[in-house]
Amino acid sequence: MTDHALVHDDHDHAHGPDPRFFRRWLTTTNHKDLGSLYLWLSLVMFLVGGVMALVIRAELFQPGMQLVRPEFFNQMTTMHALVMIFGGVMPAFVGLSNWLLPVMIGAPDMALPRINNWGFWILPFAFALLIATLFMPGGAPAGGWTMYPPLVLQTGPAFPFLIFAVHLLGISSIMGAINVIATILNLRAPGMTLMKMPLFAWSWLITAFLIIAVMPVLAGAVTMLLTDRYFGTSFFNAAGGGDPVLFQHVFWFFGHPEVYILILPAFGIVSHIIPTFSRKPLFGHASMVYAMAAIAFLSFIVWAHHMFTVGLPLAGMLFFMFATMIIAVPTGVKVFNWTATMWRGSLSFETPMLFALGFVFMFTIGGFSGLMLAMAPVDFQYHDTYFVVAHFHYVLVPGAVYSIMAAVYFWLPKWTGHMYDERLGKLHFWLSTIGVNLTFFPMHFSGLAGMPRRIPDYALQFTTFNQMSTVGAFLFGFSQLLFVYIVIKCVRGGEKATAQVWEGAEGLEWTLPSPPPYHSFTVPPLVR
Amino acid sequence: MTDKRVCGKGLWTTLAALVISIGSTGAQAGLRYNMTEGVTEVSRGVHDLHMAMFWVCVGIGLLVFGAIVYSMVRFRKSVGARAANFHENTTVELVWTIIPFAILVIMTIPAAGMLIKMDDTSQADLTIKITGYQWKWHYDYLDENISFYSALAQDSNAARQLGAQIDLKSVDHYLLNVDHPVVVPIGQKIRFLITSNDVIHAWWVPDLAVKKDAVPGFINEFWTRIDVPGVYRGQCAELCGRDHGFMPVVVEAKTPEDYAAWLEAQRTPKVESAAVVADTALVAAR
Repeated sequence: MTDHALVHDDHDHAHGPDPRFFRRWLTTTNHKDLGSLYLWLSLVMFLVGGVMALVIRAELFQPGMQLVRPEFFNQMTTMHALVMIFGGVMPAFVGLSNWLLPVMIGAPDMALPRINNWGFWILPFAFALLIATLFMPGGAPAGGWTMYPPLVLQTGPAFPFLIFAVHLLGISSIMGAINVIATILNLRAPGMTLMKMPLFAWSWLITAFLIIAVMPVLAGAVTMLLTDRYFGTSFFNAAGGGDPVLFQHVFWFFGHPEVYILILPAFGIVSHIIPTFSRKPLFGHASMVYAMAAIAFLSFIVWAHHMFTVGLPLAGMLFFMFATMIIAVPTGVKVFNWTATMWRGSLSFETPMLFALGFVFMFTIGGFSGLMLAMAPVDFQYHDTYFVVAHFHYVLVPGAVYSIMAAVYFWLPKWTGHMYDERLGKLHFWLSTIGVNLTFFPMHFSGLAGMPRRIPDYALQFTTFNQMSTVGAFLFGFSQLLFVYIVIKCVRGGEKATAQVWEGAEGLEWTLPSPPPYHSFTVPPLVR
Repeated sequence: MTDKRVCGKGLWTTLAALVISIGSTGAQAGLRYNMTEGVTEVSRGVHDLHMAMFWVCVGIGLLVFGAIVYSMVRFRKSVGARAANFHENTTVELVWTIIPFAILVIMTIPAAGMLIKMDDTSQADLTIKITGYQWKWHYDYLDENISFYSALAQDSNAARQLGAQIDLKSVDHYLLNVDHPVVVPIGQKIRFLITSNDVIHAWWVPDLAVKKDAVPGFINEFWTRIDVPGVYRGQCAELCGRDHGFMPVVVEAKTPEDYAAWLEAQRTPKVESAAVVADTALVAAR
């Protein structure tokens, strides 16, 4: 590598990594370096958001106020959500797309490397702004991550920082998405038609279009908040002819596709892992693509199911109820597909497969509670209770987060050239799975029993389930330190990984050596 | 490695002990873990819909999870399973698209019927206007000239302060009790109008299966008809700031005779209630 650098010093693509540490990581345009940066950032944010979750769970261990004031509790719930969604899950998926798309489609790098660098380096500044609000007078935003006016307009000096941080996060996501689309549409190896493309690439192509469609909507919504607060507009103020509920419509028009942004790449990942460890091709490659496209389309016409209690007209509620329930059909197709893939396979249960199976089981549980929530008349009882908290944590933690962990275990030997510690990986899986279920399953019960969400203190009858949740949360939280240890240990060394790594692995990335060369495919492979 | 495993076992036992101890205290207290059937025709219908959908999910779950678990046991590589190579089957794919679709359509029919019923606020016997405040409720009996605020009960408020050394079990319905409950008659269709004075709140009583947002500048409607006299408790269900967790809703449902007596008692002229009435009139005029 360095030899080439000496010869072709004016051809960027021939360079290896810059040997100077800061120059390398600050100015890199390499998809692997940036992928690693994204993944490390998301791991840090996952731990930061996790600490906030543990503050919440510690306060809720018993009724009465023991540790924090209600206003700080609300700051924790708000920041936990923002940090986890925009810092924990989204950058992790972008990091995975960086690492995997070029090696999956036979490209040397992402199509837009400088945009790639910029997209990443916005994030640390955005999160610095966001987290700095904790130390401002009046504290961090406390009106919930949904930022509903008029409540969010009561935020102190932190308010403009929140808006600006959201803008920056949106810009970063959009740049990542543009890069994904440009890469997939332009850099596929000869012979790789769209329908032959691996499902992770498909899931990201669809996700990228969702991001480009809805991030500007979020930016618009928060900009209207900004002008309402500082420039005398009344978009969301009835006294000036506006409507607070308008914000909710705009926000959820972003927010519902956003939840699919957080789960579609997970579908892609699991569709790689299950066939590998079943040693059998995915049951329906084409139907998986159609199902994802159908979900993406439907995600734009269901937003008001988050708002059944705001006083929608009857026709609106009926429409959003029907549309929401229909999403269960393509989602069911995906789950049935994974099941049929395992049927009459030859299964083994390495850590990535364990996480993928955990994903299928627990995401499906989250899907079931979603189906129940879709029924508008019953949603009046579920809405804004812990039942909802249980639902979306089931799809996000053992859903999206498990898929990210499955992906890390699955491709880590490819990335580092070393096998991770299988025994510790399995321990991590079982501790996490016990912890996550102990945390979130009892929330179904506390919610059905009548506990509202986002409250710092609760009536005595909710104590039992809350104590279970808190014990589970600490178990899950501390288990993740084991994950950090396993990853660092694997990066630093370990048993050498072969090129194929897994017996049943198929795809272009497994034809490259482990670790792959700095510029992946310098000559496009031929796909038949 | 070995000490890691020992450490793991220690964790397991501690965890098991904790779960068992927590579980047993719960069983003694008669733990509620499901949606209430409530005390209205609507709330019972909602409960039935909830249970119906729950059992549909259980049924589908048993099939899917059963197939996965069967595969995990039967088709293990370690027991010598050889992988088949089948994929893509249009018939199967059509079946697992159409059957769930049909189930969902069947489920939406009763749900739509229930929704239409809940939406019909016409022909009410009496109307009560609710206004949300940070952090209390205001009730206004529109035909009776009665209105009052309803805030968290004093003893709960004292006990919920950070570091308060009060035994919560000694507090009457901790966090679910107010100074002035809203009193309503049973057997009559009560229409509620709801709005807010500041931020969005939501008025929720699980036993009545009603939850509606209080949106500043707009008026929402809902209704209920309570079958059984009693005290029904709920909470604000939309994050509304610092004390969102501390603005409960308490509904006291009385027989028509008791309700009439209560109305009479409220009408007895009191200086402060007259002031409140004048104040609401002002608000209404604005």
